[in-house]
Amino acid sequence: MPGTMNTVMLDRPAEEIQEPATLPRLLQGIRPEGPLGLRSHLALHGPLPRVRTGGRRRGREQAGAFIEDLERSGLLGRGGAGFPAAVKMRAVAAAKGRAIVVGNGCEGEPASMKDRTLIQTLPHLIIDGGIIAAEAVGADEVILAMCESSPESTDAITAAIEERGGEGSHSPNLRVAEVPSHYSAGQETALVNHLGGGPSLPTFTPPRVFEKGISGRPTLVNNVETLAHIALISRHGSRWFRQLGTPSQPGSSLVTLSGAVAHPGVYEIETGSSLSSLINAGGGATGPMRGALIGGYGGSWIAGEYLRGIALSNEHLAPHGATLGAGVVHLLSDQACPVAETASLARWMAGQSARQCGPCIHGLDALSEALDQVASGAAPARAGQRISRLASLTARRGACAHPDGAVRMIISGIEAFETEFADHARHGHCEQCSREPELPVPHRPLNMPAPRGKEARR
Amino acid sequence: MSLPLAASGGSIYWYLTRSTGVVALLLLTAAIVLGVLDVRRWSTPRWPRFLIDSLHRSVSLLALVFLVIHILTSVLDSFAPISLTDAVIPFIGTYRPFWLGLGAVAFDLILAVIGTSLLRARLGYSSWRAVHWLTYASWPIALLHGFGTGSDVKSTWLLGLSVLCLAAVLVAVLVRVLDGWPADKAVRGSALAGAGVFSLFLLLWLPGGPLGSEWPRRSGTPAALLPHHSHTPSTSTGSH
Amino acid sequence: MSRRVRVNPITCEAHGMCAELLPERIKLDEWGYPIVDGAPLEGEQVDHAVRAARACPTFALLVNNERR
Repeated sequence: MPGTMNTVMLDRPAEEIQEPATLPRLLQGIRPEGPLGLRSHLALHGPLPRVRTGGRRRGREQAGAFIEDLERSGLLGRGGAGFPAAVKMRAVAAAKGRAIVVGNGCEGEPASMKDRTLIQTLPHLIIDGGIIAAEAVGADEVILAMCESSPESTDAITAAIEERGGEGSHSPNLRVAEVPSHYSAGQETALVNHLGGGPSLPTFTPPRVFEKGISGRPTLVNNVETLAHIALISRHGSRWFRQLGTPSQPGSSLVTLSGAVAHPGVYEIETGSSLSSLINAGGGATGPMRGALIGGYGGSWIAGEYLRGIALSNEHLAPHGATLGAGVVHLLSDQACPVAETASLARWMAGQSARQCGPCIHGLDALSEALDQVASGAAPARAGQRISRLASLTARRGACAHPDGAVRMIISGIEAFETEFADHARHGHCEQCSREPELPVPHRPLNMPAPRGKEARR
Repeated sequence: MSLPLAASGGSIYWYLTRSTGVVALLLLTAAIVLGVLDVRRWSTPRWPRFLIDSLHRSVSLLALVFLVIHILTSVLDSFAPISLTDAVIPFIGTYRPFWLGLGAVAFDLILAVIGTSLLRARLGYSSWRAVHWLTYASWPIALLHGFGTGSDVKSTWLLGLSVLCLAAVLVAVLVRVLDGWPADKAVRGSALAGAGVFSLFLLLWLPGGPLGSEWPRRSGTPAALLPHHSHTPSTSTGSH
Repeated sequence: MSRRVRVNPITCEAHGMCAELLPERIKLDEWGYPIVDGAPLEGEQVDHAVRAARACPTFALLVNNERR
């Protein structure tokens, strides 16, 4: 079992620089006054060791060597999909054409704050990672994609780029781009679609973006946290990275702890550490927990009875049908109604569909309807069977993973809160149903031309 | 060169051009009706989707075949001075230039629609779809051409047939519009208005126009060909 | 080399011809959208699959080669 966890919270003063083999790693040097400037960043972490220092051929060898070391580090992407970073990088490096790197800071998950926290406090770490990634794949540009609804993020990154000389003065070129804030805008293909001048909507794959992305060029899309880890791995190496975490999911991870806890916020944990230790670091639970939502709104619910034994790594969460995903850890208080929360999220996820694929549109809408009926006690007989069938008709039949996530969240909710769902089906709304849902469901209009009409004609 | 026929006169080409014109109108009407059935996803166990779609494509191609024969025979027929270019370039002919020209316009539109359909795979869906809307323009233009140039317009059966075809197309358009297509309300309104205006126009124009007196002269038949010049439709080796 | 059918769900508009022309691999859900069996095509099924792909009005049905 991994050792004790040392986390940094946003409202505490910066810790003195620790040995890199412990925590904090990413969140080292974080300060409440604002972003860490370039000089302090360099004083803290040292200069950025460039990947390519020789001529063309030597540079390519060096890039290959770096990617191999990244592979040894076992770094998985931190955007939610958990894909091995080195594999993606290698694919982009090997593809035809001049590559381009995108740092994905569009945090569409309403319950996640880790990305914007990192962007607004430690932008130089992200930029470092972008530069290293660009050298590794031979890209001449790094685009840092920020959410339109978060001007503070755009400002922080822009200021950081200015400190390095501004757009156009650096090699690789560094530039900021603003992206719509709806849920699917941060999806890899939707992001690339938008940055290439198209609508902010997912596209069909193949071709995948690592082969043909922006303007047909091989595009490396990495979450900003992933880039931050890359920045540290380039300085300290893969062996250092593996000193924390589990063999299958090494290193540290940022999580957003929210809900029934004294100090909600962004925490850096050692992957594989226990949920209990995270809750303790968060000042302890504020009351009994009905359950937890892990990963994101496309993640999984886990019933309260299991929470004490849970460890935060994909491997340990798998038996519960969950993954760390986008690092969302929301503790549902016993004041909340899990049925109402699940139905609320389902309705939101249905509304955030890009509405390009029939099964997603119809399936998520129908599932929402069904959940609302169960919650209000108006469900027809065999509602459970219908929901099961709808789930299998909806998952994995869209162009992106949005319906898959929504279905996973819904089914895990029904399984984790079996009793509550049965009660609602029989007796309708409970006392707690009338409260505002705990999990935020922000209004996020899909501000773009509607895709071609997808309603089935029967 | 024409074959002298019976006393009622008329070369074989003259008959062919008129008959193929009528058949083309029927086929184009059928193509539109099938097209609407297709997009409305109408089907029964004996008429599956792929059959309706396939029929729509085949009927459209057949209409084109009949149109080509219609054009060639009208050129070959020596009564009316129609050249091949008149068939594709509108309004430059000497025989009823405006009404014949409408035929050329309709033909050009149909060529565009069918051409893009044959090259669909290469053009991509959106470009193909955009051009396909032109069918709704080509049909009324073809009908007007028929009324304006047709020598059988006054015959009851042909008039009746034309009215039936018009009814079929109007129903097809109505079905599409009531189904909520196109998505834009203004466009739907214009489509309905256009159909209404067109029908009203025909109702008001036909009696005093093609069905009235002096239509051949008023529509631009060259003077030399008009009946009072005692020139019969069939010309054999000797003229007058 | 095995050939399989797949659907581009973005361009698919539930016309339903694919299910008529390749019922061994494609069924329609309650909304008219295809549920595709991605198993390799056998023998004559390849020709039927190609015909179905050509019949699709929106080019949503794809017949892929896979090199193994």
